Amino acid sequence: MSGFILETQNLSRHFGALMAVDDVTLSFERGLVHAVLGPNGAGKTTLINLLSGEILPSSGSIRFKDYDITSLPANEVSHLGIGRSFQKTNIFPNFTCFENCRLAAQSRMKGVFHFFKPALSYKRINELAEKGLEMCGLTKRRDTLAQAMSYGEQRQLEIGMMLATEPELLLLDEPLAGMGAEESLKVIELLRKLAKEHTLILIEHDMDAVFAVADRLAVMVNGRLLETGTVAEVRASKAVQEAYLGSDEEGH
Amino acid sequence: MYVLSRPALVLLLMMAIGLGFYPLVGDSYYIRLLTKIMVLGLFAMSLDLLIGFTGLISLGHAAFFGVASYAVAWYIVKAGVTSLLLILPTAIGASAACALVIGWLSIRTAGIYFIMITLAFAQMLHAFFKDQKYWGGTDGFNFYDKPQLVFGDTVLLDLSNRLTLYYFTFAILVSAFVFLIVLLRSPFGRAIQGVKVNEGRMRAMGYNIRHLKLISFIIAGSLAGVAGFLEATRTAYVNPELMSWHMSGNVMIMVILGGMGTLYGPLLGALALTLLGDNISSMWDHWLLIMGAFVIAVVMFLPEGIAGLIEKTANRFKRKPPPKEETEP
Repeated sequence: MSGFILETQNLSRHFGALMAVDDVTLSFERGLVHAVLGPNGAGKTTLINLLSGEILPSSGSIRFKDYDITSLPANEVSHLGIGRSFQKTNIFPNFTCFENCRLAAQSRMKGVFHFFKPALSYKRINELAEKGLEMCGLTKRRDTLAQAMSYGEQRQLEIGMMLATEPELLLLDEPLAGMGAEESLKVIELLRKLAKEHTLILIEHDMDAVFAVADRLAVMVNGRLLETGTVAEVRASKAVQEAYLGSDEEGH
Repeated sequence: MYVLSRPALVLLLMMAIGLGFYPLVGDSYYIRLLTKIMVLGLFAMSLDLLIGFTGLISLGHAAFFGVASYAVAWYIVKAGVTSLLLILPTAIGASAACALVIGWLSIRTAGIYFIMITLAFAQMLHAFFKDQKYWGGTDGFNFYDKPQLVFGDTVLLDLSNRLTLYYFTFAILVSAFVFLIVLLRSPFGRAIQGVKVNEGRMRAMGYNIRHLKLISFIIAGSLAGVAGFLEATRTAYVNPELMSWHMSGNVMIMVILGGMGTLYGPLLGALALTLLGDNISSMWDHWLLIMGAFVIAVVMFLPEGIAGLIEKTANRFKRKPPPKEETEP
């Protein structure tokens, strides 16, 4: 087995005439934190959606460990050990925090024919749910309805739900989007903690956060891969400075 | 996720006791009417599993009701069989099989398309039974014998007896209600309620949405089949209208009127609609106008149906200071 947990080969996805993701060949090393950068419309979320099976590629292939997951639907990708969180908060607003995580954990049960025993009587599932809550820091909010929480807490729950499925590889679509400075710090802390035991692929706009946690960067522009490498390498890259970072720094 | 509230539980217990003892004091007309209401209530409750809990708005639920009634009629008229042990399982099985086929095809669509495709399937079945001489055509079947449970030479259960049928229906209604409560608390029940709230996230978390929807559809269809069995037994008469879109529409109105996603609401919906129809239809020829106005009024002023009104009223009496600041951090 190679040191790469996830690899894409000439991956493309177009919507009509728009090439959202264009011929992307990328490898993600096991155990590292990878960040995908790029301006709005660069195709980052589409890339995550392709990796998680949310949408199918127009061409190219995706490999996760020893499996070809190119044409697998999202639910099967999830069962191989790829968890994802969403950029737009995607939770069950009228369920409690615990039930949100419990439902996520319950997806690990074999089969769907569990009709009679109460859902709350499955110890292992409850433990997974509590663990998810604890890791995302919402144990105190266990019995609060998700819709009654602050935006930042809902973002934390989003991550907790992903963790309750015990994934090996985490796909995080802008985990810090719309968060205040204090909440951001909490989540960055959490990401650092997760990085010890998981492989992370995250999309993020917050440069400071990216430089603080990422080991490897990939920069996308107009659906194409512009540059990949370590943080230092990418920061030094002329092409990246011109296309993205440069213009940003000049503004300051 | 579903919790049976305390006021609802009290109300249900009172209703159950009332239904249990009514035949001791009531006259035969109302015993028959209550049997009808319980059958329709069961039918509406089965649809609530789809509309209120799975988020599947089926406008063809009468298909399963009708198919089961025809199974009863076929046994009695064509095969001369009255054994309950044969008829009831076949009726349920026929409905479940129909639900499997119709569900397997229709859950591939969503929203308005799902509504139309379920309607279309039910209308196809309606047309089939209406056209086939063998199945009695437009007139359907009248029959005299009713299902019986016989052991050796003794008749244990004779559903042609009005009281036996009443208590048999009552027992089935209570069992179905308990079954659905248990189901909604199970992992499967929690999962379908998750599908209703956020299907996309459920898929991303690893659930097979189509399986969940299809199983829910089959369970609801089978329960509608039980109701169909009782309806044919009750009236000793079947015709294609049992699976027409009027029937599907009526049962949907019962669910909406009573309160979707409450399980007991549809029972109240069946009660309200049947009593209303029974009382005003004899007073005025254009009674459907009043019925229509009533439904519009409920939908506009009580979007959560009769059940919602009950819960609200009960809450107002229970807590003196309304808990306004509960959600403030």
